[in-house]
Amino acid sequence: MSNGDRPLSPHLQIYEFSWTMAFSIIHRATGVGLAGGTLLMVWWLMALADGPASFDLVQSVVGSWFGLLCLLGWTWALFYHLCNGIRHLFWDTGRGFELNTARDSGYVVCAASVVLTGLTWLTGMAMGALL
Amino acid sequence: MSLRSPLGRVRGLGSAKTGTDHFWAQRVTAVALVPLTLWFVYALLSLAGADYATVSAWLRSPVNAVLMLALIVATFHHMQLGLQVVIEDYIHGEGIKIACLMIMKGGSLLLAVAAAFAVLKVAFGG
Repeated sequence: MSNGDRPLSPHLQIYEFSWTMAFSIIHRATGVGLAGGTLLMVWWLMALADGPASFDLVQSVVGSWFGLLCLLGWTWALFYHLCNGIRHLFWDTGRGFELNTARDSGYVVCAASVVLTGLTWLTGMAMGALL
Repeated sequence: MSLRSPLGRVRGLGSAKTGTDHFWAQRVTAVALVPLTLWFVYALLSLAGADYATVSAWLRSPVNAVLMLALIVATFHHMQLGLQVVIEDYIHGEGIKIACLMIMKGGSLLLAVAAAFAVLKVAFGG
């Protein structure tokens, strides 16, 4: 049997931009970013197991402006991936695929990820100030 | 009418060459990671600015150590499943694809073992 004359789906640039496609690729991008973030988690744990000198080095790197910027990015990526992951789990039940619903749930995910990131950092700064 | 090819019917598998194991494992780890991730963020917040002695003492608590180990297992399993799909989507040469998958899966396993070892070493008072 020959399948050579089957139609091909159009390439990405043919489609008009929609927010649902942006939400989709951001989910993948944040997933890959978080995979990079696990390197910091492993470094942090290994340093803790190694001793105070190693641990203080990690803390000083994380506490630098670049470290804090990475941490802020990872916080948002984590909350986005978490919230959008819950959106995906909801889709797995077969619900929420209507165009308006899928778009609106994406807006909710974006808003929630920003709000949760803000709350986390405000709490973190308050805690840091207390200690 | 079936849309499956004769060969596909004989083998009983689609082009993915496996059943639904990957899909299910990704969902199960995702569900596990919802509470574990929230707990981890809460834990890091409670440790914000803490020194070596405080963080070590926190990880020596059995509940924290066990939850960290669960987080590590779920995280790295979920991570390698997700990265596998990314590699399969964007890398088309069969040889380079298999090489990338091996490096990624081996690296994920190594990171998971390192993280788990570190937790156990601290938890057991090392």
